[in-house]
Amino acid sequence: MSASIATDVRLEDRMGRAWKKPPFITNPILRYTLLGITIIYLYLAVNSIEVNWARVSEGLVRGWEFVKAFANPDFTSRWNDIRDGIIESIIITIASTVVGIAISIPIGLGAARNIAPLPIYLVCRAIIALSRALNEIIVAILLVAIFGFGPLAGFLTLAFATIGFLSKLLAEEIEDMSRSQAEAVRATGSSWMQWIDYGVKPQVMPRLIGLSIYRLDINFRESAVLGLVGAGGIGATLNTAFDRYEFDTAAAILLIIIVIVMVLEYLSGIIRARVQ
Amino acid sequence: MLQLNGLTKTYATGDKALKDVTLAIPAGQVVALIGPSGAGKSTLIRCINRLVEPTEGTVVLNGETISGLSSAGLRKARRTMGMIFQEYALVERLTVMENVLSGRLGYVGFWRSFLRKYPQKDVDEAYRLLDRVGLLAMADKRADELSGGQRQRVGICRALIQNPKLLLVDEPTASLDPKTSRQIMRLICELCAERGLAAIINIHDVALAQMFVARVIGLQLGVVQFDGPPDALTPDVLTAIYGEEDWQATIEDAGEEDEDEAAAVAAQ
Repeated sequence: MSASIATDVRLEDRMGRAWKKPPFITNPILRYTLLGITIIYLYLAVNSIEVNWARVSEGLVRGWEFVKAFANPDFTSRWNDIRDGIIESIIITIASTVVGIAISIPIGLGAARNIAPLPIYLVCRAIIALSRALNEIIVAILLVAIFGFGPLAGFLTLAFATIGFLSKLLAEEIEDMSRSQAEAVRATGSSWMQWIDYGVKPQVMPRLIGLSIYRLDINFRESAVLGLVGAGGIGATLNTAFDRYEFDTAAAILLIIIVIVMVLEYLSGIIRARVQ
Repeated sequence: MLQLNGLTKTYATGDKALKDVTLAIPAGQVVALIGPSGAGKSTLIRCINRLVEPTEGTVVLNGETISGLSSAGLRKARRTMGMIFQEYALVERLTVMENVLSGRLGYVGFWRSFLRKYPQKDVDEAYRLLDRVGLLAMADKRADELSGGQRQRVGICRALIQNPKLLLVDEPTASLDPKTSRQIMRLICELCAERGLAAIINIHDVALAQMFVARVIGLQLGVVQFDGPPDALTPDVLTAIYGEEDWQATIEDAGEEDEDEAAAVAAQ
């Protein structure tokens, strides 16, 4: 018995004709209009760029000073400041990451539509949206205003930012998990907590570990930036170095930051390979 | 022992998966549930342990109305219904032993399960079951290291360690090769006989069902079309359940395979 589908396409009409992938946008008018708009936009955008070349040539000299300083970084003359800044940054990073993850996990569970009831889902999504909407720098300025200069403001800022990042990605991972594995655990008569522990946690654990290490990495880099607005850490030292035009010291600080980020990157690769 | 009264399920999309299904299954009876994809077989067995909430009708297991239970009561009731899944549904990143012991989750407290400190008698029973299905050596392997047939046997252990009165089995042999399929079906039926368990087995393979079960229920578009012994599955009945097709081969196959089976048993 041959399966016949009722259509008016005939094989004879198709034979000998070239085949082309159907266009992504089917309507030709819409397709060419969008193409035209894109070209006009690019033309206008390129024409709107304003560059003050005199200013650039002046700045190039200053930029070159900065680059030259990298060839000759000065670790020694401000070493005590650098060391204290680095230690403070590391403390801010670790504390904010640990606290942020601890808060993110329950919020992430609540923000996964497949396991949380609607009211909890909405509350958790609102928290995530708030955390993501406010840029770290803005939060840091606000918290510095409240708690004063120092690492406490940096710690709170990064913990808050971690919640938005980790809860969202954890929730999405939970939403993508295998339903049947979780359903099988539920069918045993497990309680909700047991269900999360046996049915959900094993499925999302590798991703959670990977994301946590990635966030540790981001928090360290951010802690360097947050110092610029007074939230403590190596950023404060870096800011001081720039203010004094001590580019050689600034270069030393930047090099240390780069090395630490590279070490974190290397470690995260090893750990993620181990937890697969 | 299990009584379904006027069970109806209408999904939010408006699809009627089950229409007024009424049937009774006595203790110790193994029933095959057949029907085309989308006939409501999976929905039916999930309505029994309320992984899917029935829209109307009642489920009564040993005098207890499952459909009216609170969530704590439902968890207690689920302990008495072991479930075996299509594609095994083992938690892949847990060990075989953890998967089997997860069948005891309804009996132990959260901290015991969280710290994996199960009572010794549960651990012993888990080892006994793994030995029974020939996987004792695999106890500490991760579930995703096993082959399909091995995984399904772990799934069977997980269901049995619940000490259930009823097994709900959802397409146990889909995605298994023909030989393994038969071994799994035979194992399930043997274990049911050993323990006096009733079972509902959703299955696509009509011939395989005929080989092992005492009663067949045919479902079509959420309605029971057939309920009787496997011998009574004539081409007309299969047409009523699945639609027009040449059924003679299917039924003859079943007969021949039965003989093969008998010959194989005799040879051993």
